[in-house]
Amino acid sequence: MGDKKQKALREPMPKQKVKERIKNFNEVALGYTEEQARKEAERCLQCPKPLCVKGCPVDINIPEFIKLIVEGKYIEAANKIKEDDILPRMTGRVCPQEDQCEAQCVLGLKGNPIAIGRLERFVSDYEASNSEIQVPAILAKKNKKVAVVGSGPAGLTVAADCARMGYEVKIFEALHKPGGVLAYGIPEFRLPKEIVGREVETLKKMGVELECNVIIGKTITVKQLFEEGYDAIFLGLGAGLPRFLGVEGENLLGIYSANEFLTRINLMKAYKFPEYDTPINVGKKVAVVGGGNVAMDSARSAIRLGAKEVHIVYRRSRQEMPARDEEIENAEEEGVIFDLLVNPVEFTGDEKGWVKAIRLIKMELGEPDDSGRRRPVPIKGSEFVYDVDTVVVAIGQKANPILLDATPGIKKNKWGYIDADGETGKTSMKGVFAGGDIVTGEATVIAAMGAGRKAARAIDEYLKNGKW
Amino acid sequence: MHKILKKERIGPNLNKFVIEAPLVPRNYQPGQFVILKVDEVGERIPITIAEADKDKGTITIFVQEVGKTTYKLGELKAGDSIFDVVGPLGHPAKVEKIGTVVTIGGGVGTAIVYPETKAFKEAGNYVISIIGFKNKDHVILEEEMRKCSDELYILTDDGSYGKKGFTTDELQELENAGRKMDLVIAIGPAIMMKKVSEMTKQYNVKTIVSLNSTMMDATGMCGGCRVEVDGETKFACVDGPEFDGHKVNFDLLIKRLSTYEKQEKEALNSYKNCKIEK
Ligand code: FES
Repeated sequence: MGDKKQKALREPMPKQKVKERIKNFNEVALGYTEEQARKEAERCLQCPKPLCVKGCPVDINIPEFIKLIVEGKYIEAANKIKEDDILPRMTGRVCPQEDQCEAQCVLGLKGNPIAIGRLERFVSDYEASNSEIQVPAILAKKNKKVAVVGSGPAGLTVAADCARMGYEVKIFEALHKPGGVLAYGIPEFRLPKEIVGREVETLKKMGVELECNVIIGKTITVKQLFEEGYDAIFLGLGAGLPRFLGVEGENLLGIYSANEFLTRINLMKAYKFPEYDTPINVGKKVAVVGGGNVAMDSARSAIRLGAKEVHIVYRRSRQEMPARDEEIENAEEEGVIFDLLVNPVEFTGDEKGWVKAIRLIKMELGEPDDSGRRRPVPIKGSEFVYDVDTVVVAIGQKANPILLDATPGIKKNKWGYIDADGETGKTSMKGVFAGGDIVTGEATVIAAMGAGRKAARAIDEYLKNGKW
Repeated sequence: MHKILKKERIGPNLNKFVIEAPLVPRNYQPGQFVILKVDEVGERIPITIAEADKDKGTITIFVQEVGKTTYKLGELKAGDSIFDVVGPLGHPAKVEKIGTVVTIGGGVGTAIVYPETKAFKEAGNYVISIIGFKNKDHVILEEEMRKCSDELYILTDDGSYGKKGFTTDELQELENAGRKMDLVIAIGPAIMMKKVSEMTKQYNVKTIVSLNSTMMDATGMCGGCRVEVDGETKFACVDGPEFDGHKVNFDLLIKRLSTYEKQEKEALNSYKNCKIEK
């Protein structure tokens, strides 16, 4: 492929117009047209030793699927991805490609890596709208049962892989709808819920059973699952306990954890109140504390719910923000104001207990900390105050205690997450595997899927040879 | 889908339901609750389990009509279904033999204190029960409570049944009479639990309350249910719902309970108007 194409720029992603999208919850990115996808795919150099694959946590054969796009074989391209990634419509949307596959792309040296994520999204969307749900080939029945706890990305992957291997699989979900963070956490404007629904349908067609409203550790214990005849259990619970700042006034009315704020909106559809019964309070001026994708999701949701002024409050600089660039740009376009290098020290309220103001202190960056990012240090005497009506705290999660408290046989690590082997997902309890955020702490959808894939392989091995 | 097997109107705006919930009774212990979602568009609300039948796979709950969700529930009849029921949730009550236990139920809180009263009685305690209601029509579970109490005192705000007064008045009398109390369990409106806790703090009697903060997932995931106990933030759904009454910040609880007052009123009014039009 010629020099001219190499120099060509990445195809831009068509998006909903800002003015319109801030008034609805529909997906912002509209996806490539066929023509755009072909054009983008043709830029690929088809490197003989592709670096992009090395950047992919689940080793998708990227050059191969891109070649199929050039040939116009979109459905084949989608199936090629699915050999390694069962949820390409989701990962095509929410994977941080700029840090993974695209970061390795040779064309990236000139600032224009192949838009691998957008192509992944294009072919998998194309496949979904142009073909029936396809059930992958399933190996001979093995007469062994696998219980999967949690229906987020890790759980869905383990369920699909184990079902393909011929195991009888049942997923237990704590909430009333499947999907985990894909359902309650990521907003419709970034990941339409119809996609999650279709993936779950696919699993059901593969024979996977799904039961919602079951909290393992309460409704049924791990021990009882074994007694009921499950031969292996996979725990993909997610992190699931919101962190708060620990500053004065944090329990005032109008202060939400991002989990609560987003769950009310995404899962309970509070944005359709009173048609839906779950309410939410979004005032005129909203402060969202944090700099990750969840903070961006919260800020952009607040805008859509009619807030006049939405601030992101982040204690480091823009450079250290963990959110994807794409999401930061979207937030900026939608009018979110970024207050960088500041940290809340107190919330104050009115006599009825509603938050009224936030007191912040300015920060400067000092030496790098454990995470390698420069540590923010408060600047003495730099405090200032502004009024707010609503606050969303989006500073991460801790380990959910329910299952672990009920199951002392499963060892925790020093952060309270499950101590599981990185390669196999094996925990300290025989027959119990774990993966995803409940092992690593908050990470990405694709990392959870990668852990699920490894665990499924280890489950298969364990169920074949019984060795622990 | 959870079928309603029995529904009984047992007082003004108060309903008793027996619901099919085959998974809930297995691990149930007194003090635990379920989250229930009435229909597709419904919100998730916590309701304490009054009884659970392991053989039949059913639970009994008492629900007072206060908002749109509980009114919607009140409309349902035996044979109808509730969309989602999940549980049992929360830590069970710590039931042990300690001597004399005073259980206090305020209004529909009586339905919550009832299973615990029974459990404490079965554990071999001397049980004094005090239950208080608005008026005669609101009195519930009198017979059931009598069966599991060594002494039962009933009060109504207006004196139309039992003694006139509040549960705290009776508690004061027990104290004045120098009665021995090793543990008090108070379950009812936040303001009642606050009053009881203030009183027993003076008498130095350990007091357990069950907090009814606003919940959503009830799995520790959202933090919407947070309460302050001993100066620390706790999640009522996973750390509770029962806490040491002497350490609970009731003023904060009462304030937080008003978070959606405006929307609740709006929803209820439009729901009622809608029904009148129909
Ligand atoms: S109800 Fe969500 S954490 Fe308790």
